Amino acid sequence: MLQKVVRSAVIDAPIERVWAVLRDFNSHERWHDVVETSRIERGESASQVGCVRDFTLKDGNRIREQLLALDDLEHRSIYCIVQATVPLERYVATVTLKPVTDGNRTFWHWESTFATPPGQARELRRMVAEGVYEAGFANLRRHLRIGADLQVGGRRAAAMASHPRALPLPTRRAVVRHYGGPEMLMPEDGEAPAPRAGEVRIRQRAIGVNYLDIYLRRGWIPQMLPLPGVPGMEAAGTVIDLGEGVTGVLPGDRVACLHAVPGAYCSVRTVPAEAVVRLPAAIEDETAAALLLKGITADYLLHDLGHVRAGMRLLVHAASGALGLLVVRWAKHLGATVIGTVSSEEKARVARAAGCDELIVTRDYRFAETVQRLGGADVIVDGLGDAAREENFEALARRGHWISIGQVSGAMRALSPERLAAKSISFSRPAVFDYVATQAQLAERAQRVWAALADGRLALPPIERHALDNAAEAHRRLESRRTIGALILLA
Amino acid sequence: MIRLYVSSVIDAAADTVWSRIRDFNALPQWHPLIADSRIENGEPSDKVGCIRHFHTRDGGAIRERLLALSDYDYACSYEILASPMGVSNYVATLKLTPVTDGNRCFAEWSAEFDCEEARERELAAEIGDGVFQGGFDALKRQFGGR
Repeated sequence: MLQKVVRSAVIDAPIERVWAVLRDFNSHERWHDVVETSRIERGESASQVGCVRDFTLKDGNRIREQLLALDDLEHRSIYCIVQATVPLERYVATVTLKPVTDGNRTFWHWESTFATPPGQARELRRMVAEGVYEAGFANLRRHLRIGADLQVGGRRAAAMASHPRALPLPTRRAVVRHYGGPEMLMPEDGEAPAPRAGEVRIRQRAIGVNYLDIYLRRGWIPQMLPLPGVPGMEAAGTVIDLGEGVTGVLPGDRVACLHAVPGAYCSVRTVPAEAVVRLPAAIEDETAAALLLKGITADYLLHDLGHVRAGMRLLVHAASGALGLLVVRWAKHLGATVIGTVSSEEKARVARAAGCDELIVTRDYRFAETVQRLGGADVIVDGLGDAAREENFEALARRGHWISIGQVSGAMRALSPERLAAKSISFSRPAVFDYVATQAQLAERAQRVWAALADGRLALPPIERHALDNAAEAHRRLESRRTIGALILLA
Repeated sequence: MIRLYVSSVIDAAADTVWSRIRDFNALPQWHPLIADSRIENGEPSDKVGCIRHFHTRDGGAIRERLLALSDYDYACSYEILASPMGVSNYVATLKLTPVTDGNRCFAEWSAEFDCEEARERELAAEIGDGVFQGGFDALKRQFGGR
């Protein structure tokens, strides 16, 4: 009777990277523990269909296998045993990879059929299933984890290269030693510790600047940034190394990090793997740094909180800022009427180009009368804070929803429930980190942002770049209210 | 011809997930975008050739015919007979494959269709992200997954 063995696994790496290893018919001595040596006979190429590989196994057995099919389109390789010191007869095996588009991972399917001498079926099935296939899954994961596939020389070179991984690495960072103005952000050299269990160390290239960073620097939320402290919530770059037990990312992967604990203003950072997502090839580091926190915020503001849909009137303050531009464009795609406020004619042009139906140019937070003339706001996205408090009350329609996401003009005084009751107003004060509390939520929400960027529901806002060492200047610019779009730091 | 392919990993055995999605009339029970569904002419929902008539939450009415159902492969294929989406020759397949390494399954949802060239991007997003990934996200919430 013909035996059939099927084993499958999910590998936390893009299909191109897994296939680069598995399509090489001569690669097993570099990653599979059962194989001692491998060579292709007659000096043929390992991608030559029909070529024969000669394995010597660690246990001394010899196996000669022939490549029957190699398919770069379907990511499939088929091979058979032509001669072996183990009694596997008529053995034909197929390796197939498929992309897991949700998370950019790989599904690996490995199956074979073969005949065995009487009485040995059970033992041989087990050897193939566990000793070869399941061990292969584990061995390849290890191979990718230590980045051996990226290094010339394979296993041995990787083992040597992995030696200094336990050491701290130098990092450049912008530190706040005293709360205060932008000048309190001081560049200095430091160390990024080796990743402990569950942590990832990242070489950061682009760092997102958010208004929250300014509140932290001013000392408005001291429990969130004890001194001395490094501000910054988000960045993008490349994984250097991993602590024990980390799955989902590999050294060499391009990733973005969005972490509820500040510290992103640095060139090398060690963070919990929970706060890290892999980046699709189409999303550059600068794009990710400019868009991750703000794009996810725009998504939950419009969908989870605002339930924005066609016919609703949305009032967006600071409509030419990075978040404002994202919210305006996405809301227009949802069919809402969007009213924006900005502080200059130049900003008005940018916000109008993003899709604002109505624009109010005001430097002293006066907008309620115009908004009421347009019918009142069903939803307000408010980053202005206290100075616009009364105007926001006035601008809201009945049953309106006031979403407060910042307080550029100053910390908002308390709202009384009676004031809200007068117009059946809902008030929300969300924080993005409650919407990305787990790695799965972060991955899902990040993916929604990249998908929206790909199909045009979001557009990349203008990006203003500063060197990490000039973080103080970046803060000065953001606080000046003269910037348009997103600010990032380059490490 | 547009081809869409979306795949994910659900943290439950293929048998378990299949028992939720194999019923051609059960979309409202697991897919967040679908409001209601019925099978035309009172036919059983696992009779190949039967037609489901359902409404999306935004009110669109869609009729789809079951073209293939395999309890052996955990797969079903269907075509759109009528919809407000502006697609033609639309055939889709939803398939599960067990992942032996862990009690999980690999889920694939693919489609081929024709549409006006100007609408390709919009429809690819609406169907690929909204319907397919949206469905997988719902299954991941119900069964776990990452």
